[in-house]
Amino acid sequence: MTTQPIHFYQVGSFAVGNRLLDDDGRTVQSDPNRTNSLDSGHRACQGCGEALGARYAIDAAMRASQGRLVAVNATGCLEVFSTPYPETSWRIPWLHSLFGNAPAVATGVAAALKVKGRSDVRVVAQAGDGGTVDIGFGCLSGMFERNDDVLFICYDNEAYMNTGVQRSGATPPAARTATTEAIGSEAGNAFGQGKDLPRIAMAHDIPYVATATVADLHDLEDKVERAMQVHGARYLHILVPCPLGWGSASSDTIRVARLAKETGLFPVFEAVDGKVTGVSPIRHRTPVEEYLSIQGRYAHLFGKHPRTDIIARIQAMADRNITTYGLLAEEPADIDPKGVDV
Amino acid sequence: MERPFAITLDVGSSHANRTGSWRVERPVYVDRLPPCNDACPAGEDIQGWLYQSEPGDYEAAWRLLVEDNPFPAVMGRICYHPCETSCNRVQLDEAVGINAVERFLGDHAIERGWSLPAAGPDSGKRVLVVGAGPAGLSATYHLKRLGHSVSLVDSAPKLGGMMRYGIPAYRLPRAVLDAEIARIVAQGVDVVLDHTVDDIRRERDEGGFDAVFLAVGAQLGRRVDIPAGDSSRILDAVSLLHRVADDDPPMLGRRVVVYGGGDTALDAARTARRLGATDAVIVYRRNRDRMPAHGEELEEALDEGITMRWLSTVNSFEDDRLVLEKMRLDDEGFPQPTGEFEDLGADSLILALGQDTDLSLIDEAPNVVVDDGVVEVLPTMMTGESGIFAGGDAVPSPRTATVAIGHGKRAARSIDAYISGEEPDQPGRHELASFDRLNTWYFSDAPRTKRPELERARRQSTFDEVVEGLNEENALFEARRCLSCGNCFECDNCFGVCPDNAVIKLGPSERYKFDYDFCKGCGICATECPCGAIDMIPERI
Ligand SMILES: Cc1ncc(C[n+]2csc(CCOP(=O)(O)OP(=O)(O)O)c2C)c(N)n1
Ligand code: SF4
Ligand SMILES: [Mg+2]
Repeated sequence: MTTQPIHFYQVGSFAVGNRLLDDDGRTVQSDPNRTNSLDSGHRACQGCGEALGARYAIDAAMRASQGRLVAVNATGCLEVFSTPYPETSWRIPWLHSLFGNAPAVATGVAAALKVKGRSDVRVVAQAGDGGTVDIGFGCLSGMFERNDDVLFICYDNEAYMNTGVQRSGATPPAARTATTEAIGSEAGNAFGQGKDLPRIAMAHDIPYVATATVADLHDLEDKVERAMQVHGARYLHILVPCPLGWGSASSDTIRVARLAKETGLFPVFEAVDGKVTGVSPIRHRTPVEEYLSIQGRYAHLFGKHPRTDIIARIQAMADRNITTYGLLAEEPADIDPKGVDV
Repeated sequence: MERPFAITLDVGSSHANRTGSWRVERPVYVDRLPPCNDACPAGEDIQGWLYQSEPGDYEAAWRLLVEDNPFPAVMGRICYHPCETSCNRVQLDEAVGINAVERFLGDHAIERGWSLPAAGPDSGKRVLVVGAGPAGLSATYHLKRLGHSVSLVDSAPKLGGMMRYGIPAYRLPRAVLDAEIARIVAQGVDVVLDHTVDDIRRERDEGGFDAVFLAVGAQLGRRVDIPAGDSSRILDAVSLLHRVADDDPPMLGRRVVVYGGGDTALDAARTARRLGATDAVIVYRRNRDRMPAHGEELEEALDEGITMRWLSTVNSFEDDRLVLEKMRLDDEGFPQPTGEFEDLGADSLILALGQDTDLSLIDEAPNVVVDDGVVEVLPTMMTGESGIFAGGDAVPSPRTATVAIGHGKRAARSIDAYISGEEPDQPGRHELASFDRLNTWYFSDAPRTKRPELERARRQSTFDEVVEGLNEENALFEARRCLSCGNCFECDNCFGVCPDNAVIKLGPSERYKFDYDFCKGCGICATECPCGAIDMIPERI
């Protein structure tokens, strides 16, 4: 009788850890000795996706660089909630300068290390979506163009959260912010505007570009790991829900991020040398309503007079992503390919 | 201290900032009752032993299982597994094949020769157990573990009761049954066979027993009056199965009709087929939906070529001709005669119309109350006479081996309390781990492993076991399909998803704890817990 090897571990590779997996098959986050780069006591709101995403990404980068890492931070929530001087939550060398210049500062740090012959020390720069797609954009594009040896991470919470939820170039259509109010027939943010930074980064032909969400830790860590294996300018764009700005329950942060991916609104992919080389397929295709309706910033689309027309336009955006990136898996994988034989 | 240029304060850690004070709700770890455990008549910790099986620690799994039930290999064959019916995984794809894993563990233990936990330190007390079926044997096992001496009495020449004399070998091979019974006897049981107890009080007093457990089963096949000629061959299903078990099968002829709709009817028909009947027909007065027999068994029977006559009663049996009357169901679902008749050729008729209990042994124990042919018992399994307990088919119950085994366990604990003059403790039950508490995103899609069955031709003619067991790989796969409903299985999700690092990982099998100094009470851990083992409760402010 032929027997099939077992590739199945109850929670497969979806959960953070798994007592049935070997240590090297587990995530950095499942390790009780992980760096905790961003320590407890930070002042992020309850359920902050950005705090979570930053710890996920920087802990993974710490593992990939064997603990030799310098982080440069733009102004924004991540900087403000972590470092009210003289207190800090960062347990790694960390530098803050201005809102708009993080990519340039990181370029400088990388250059200085090179001059000192410290090729073992790696540099990451991190910023919110405002700091990345708007005010820091010029510096970032320059950093890409010069192919400076920096991994730039954007924590995208889709608005200027730290100053009270103002629209950014990454705010999605129809979302209500303090500057795109839910009034009028085209309430919320306008359609047809904004910047798709992962694609702009790809257009620079830099060696590595990827997107990720806080809902898929294995994928996020894999991407940090791969980005760290490469030198030159690399860009990682992580979707980090903001309970306060999005009007979602603090307990739903990961759920919202998961729905962003499962609806197709936030394509999760990776690109090498300007070409898409892999996508995370949708596992349970979900209509956009499910994503929109649990967020207060879209409340004006529901209620007594639901704006089915606007919801349909958002659905069309999701459908377009699904086609553009090929987000529907041919065949759902039955059994986790990461498992090993008995 | 010398400070760098423009630095006036030392760098401090945010650890000084106890964000736990922000909290209005706090997460707490809970253990909820998985629906499988809730449904198990023998009170097994199914989720617990599946959890032990998952890394391949079959011995730990088996040891946990036999805490409640000393018959895993038997259960893995004949239990009707209400656990699977209520398994939460049904709502995802298919139930976990609990029964198959149980059988794998049971067989594995027999192969390895694992023995049951030794008898407890001698209490000096003696208990008489009447009837060595599942209830009696289970009670014996648990009483031995509690340190009591047990005299186990049965009127038959062998131990096992209905497991031996009622369940055909193609469902329960005798070697398996013998092996699991032998392990109980090896605990040091005084076994008395071929002995019929006819006066329970006298038996107890003469033997100087401190308590009695009556587990006499229901061995009398119920008969109905069917006008029949002298030469017509009618017998009841219980006797048929008993004689086959005794290696003394009756001659049934080629055309056998079984009258009844329970599992025993199916057992009788399938046995008749194996004894050479070319036509085995079951006549039942209602339809398939209302048949009390279990679906799986019916499927197997149909597979073996048993045919069904639904909505029919047997009117008379003359020579080799049965007259059936057609029935119809009224609005309440009761069968009503239609006055339409039809003939059916038959060499013998087997009645499978239920069983009665022979309770003559309590004639002289008037406090033991009998109602509707069965013994009335309290929730502790004690009868109206203090010190006399009863269980199994002789008390009001669904009459399955698993229920009987559960009775035996409960009775043993009550007897122990009774003997030592204590109140039997009523262990509290955790709240149910319902499906809506699970976060099923995290579980891999994994359809159930089917157990192979003997090819049809072979099983129609032999008493070889029909359903084969799982091999180790399949059993492991099946165990890992468990969702661990309501009980932490250490997936590290809470530890990973907390934005405030407020979950402390305590190490293998030690689970986690919350660091309430920093937990802000966002509730992500509770939402993302795959198995619903975290509750959010309001903080008292
Ligand atoms: C030059 C400059 N303009 C404005 C500000 C005020 N400011 C501080 S943080 C912030 C918003 C940051 O938004 P984003 O980059 O998206 O990060 P988030 O807070 O959303 O994480 C603004 C406008 C500033 N610090 N510097
Ligand atoms: S995820 Fe962390 S902060 Fe949120 S409730 Fe759980 S332990 Fe507390
Ligand atoms: Mg932002």
